[in-house]
Amino acid sequence: MASADVKAQDPRIAGISSAIRVIPDFPKPGIMFQDITTLLLDTKAFRDTIDLFVERYKDKNISVVAGIEARGFIFGPPIALAIGAKFVPMRKPKKLPGEVISEEYSLEYGKDVMEMHVGAVQAGERALIVDDLVATGGTLSAAIRLLERVGVHVVECACVIELPELKGRERLGEKPLFVLVS
Amino acid sequence: MFAAENGLRGDPRLQGISKAIRVVPDFPIPGIMFQDITTLLLDHKAFKDTVDIFVDRYRDMGISVVAANVNVGIEARGFVFGPSIALAIGAKFVPLRKPNKLPGEVISEAYVLEYGTDRLEMHVGAIEPGERALVIDDLVATGGTLSAAVRLLERMGAEVVECACVVGLPEGQRRLDGKPLYILVEPRLSVNY
Repeated sequence: MASADVKAQDPRIAGISSAIRVIPDFPKPGIMFQDITTLLLDTKAFRDTIDLFVERYKDKNISVVAGIEARGFIFGPPIALAIGAKFVPMRKPKKLPGEVISEEYSLEYGKDVMEMHVGAVQAGERALIVDDLVATGGTLSAAIRLLERVGVHVVECACVIELPELKGRERLGEKPLFVLVS
Repeated sequence: MFAAENGLRGDPRLQGISKAIRVVPDFPIPGIMFQDITTLLLDHKAFKDTVDIFVDRYRDMGISVVAANVNVGIEARGFVFGPSIALAIGAKFVPLRKPNKLPGEVISEAYVLEYGTDRLEMHVGAIEPGERALVIDDLVATGGTLSAAVRLLERMGAEVVECACVVGLPEGQRRLDGKPLYILVEPRLSVNY
């Protein structure tokens, strides 16, 4: 798979992986939280992270980079700027002004809602979805549905980190998922 | 200070940036003409110009930290500009967030809202004393959140070189206690989309 190829071949991955800090028992006991803020303090590792995504996507005719609130807003815009695409924020309810479309998705306990601006994207556009981490794949799936409902083709989902034991890749089904660190 | 008064008078990029910002009336509450920068992010040229103008200004100022502010009520918009600027000038990026979002050890600072107060948090150890910092947000109104950001950075020993915003009201300057404030455009007052 793509992530194994990247790990085997690219020397930048080791620096990216070691720049990510793990915080035990956050936000609740038993969770090992993957903290990317330390990656953002390492100028080389942050630059390498963006470069690896840009190298992969710059010739794929992608016109939309959708970033999932809030940490998707950190990685998505630099990628969008570098590949010449729009950046579209996917947000929690009531944060986007004006007309939105919404998609409900399941959490471990309960549900949440993701919103996107009406008119941000056009049918037929090719999109990349970006977030810092994929766990169960719930938020990525909601973002895919939102974009596909308005006729956008989601080319791939891209995350810095994957937690494979939570089987997000399976939840995404046929949609390709590209990660740097698992 | 506005960019147009500080070396960029007549720069066509500023017009393109201003036009790309959408005004949404009565959001989040009646009477507010909300300056929606998401339309700026859909305009690749205008978005790139925004980042380029900030990068051109800050790349030779010895800045090692770019901190992005949360905004009152609708956080995370400063995240959209800060990391790109940080990458281009070779600085670290430090997110400033609402309580309980940052894991690990944090320091926090209160700021005043129209009704009540809120808090802004930053990681302990993100910056070292003596670092030169830039604070970024998409919009400044009263300057309350920017002031809180400045206090957080100064408590960790950083020197805040400037605060920078895409959209700003000149009145905001009064709340920044002498820190320079650099603004690209004024708010639009009428609906344009």
